[in-house]
Amino acid sequence: MSKLNIVCVTGTHEKMQMAAMFASVAAASGDEVTVFLSMNALPYFLKNHNGAAPVEGPLGELMSKKGVPPFKQLFQQAVELGDAQLLPCSMALDLMEITGDDLEPELGPPTGLTRFLSDAEEGHMVAF
Amino acid sequence: MSDSKVVDARDTFCPGPLMELITHMKQAEVGETIELLSTDEGSGNDVPEWVNKVGHELINSEKIDGVWHITIRKAK
Repeated sequence: MSKLNIVCVTGTHEKMQMAAMFASVAAASGDEVTVFLSMNALPYFLKNHNGAAPVEGPLGELMSKKGVPPFKQLFQQAVELGDAQLLPCSMALDLMEITGDDLEPELGPPTGLTRFLSDAEEGHMVAF
Repeated sequence: MSDSKVVDARDTFCPGPLMELITHMKQAEVGETIELLSTDEGSGNDVPEWVNKVGHELINSEKIDGVWHITIRKAK
């Protein structure tokens, strides 16, 4: 089993989608997956956020028109099917003046960068 | 193969068909077979790759009239 650490910060549709695909497929294939959510990627995980995200270019436009699984659903499946951890950045929570209770229930505990980096010492890291 | 459970994931894009298959595989009993239907072209390679990685058994994989029919037996 390998370990995959995913950092989501940009928050565009394309990057959230790709990160969610990495997370769901890797987790469901038995990899240990941790997703660190910060900056503009975190607000999508407020309770009941509909996941609508700005697109970067033509592929984002195409995804909006076709039957692509919503990225929030894929992240949820990564948790349910593969025990992925979705960790909200504690700094971003502070900036938004919210707590972990304001986020979707599948998210893990608010996590600082020191802790995340310490846990991520082994394994691959990709950033979106 | 008439006793296979059919998971119809046509008209969804990667990784939709794979995730639907995995959802049903989790619920299935060991020894049960599932036939996945997918129009996503990548499924023809990706699904057998996943089956091989996690150690299930690929029974059959063929494309009929633009639809992948991939049958898997849950091995563990």
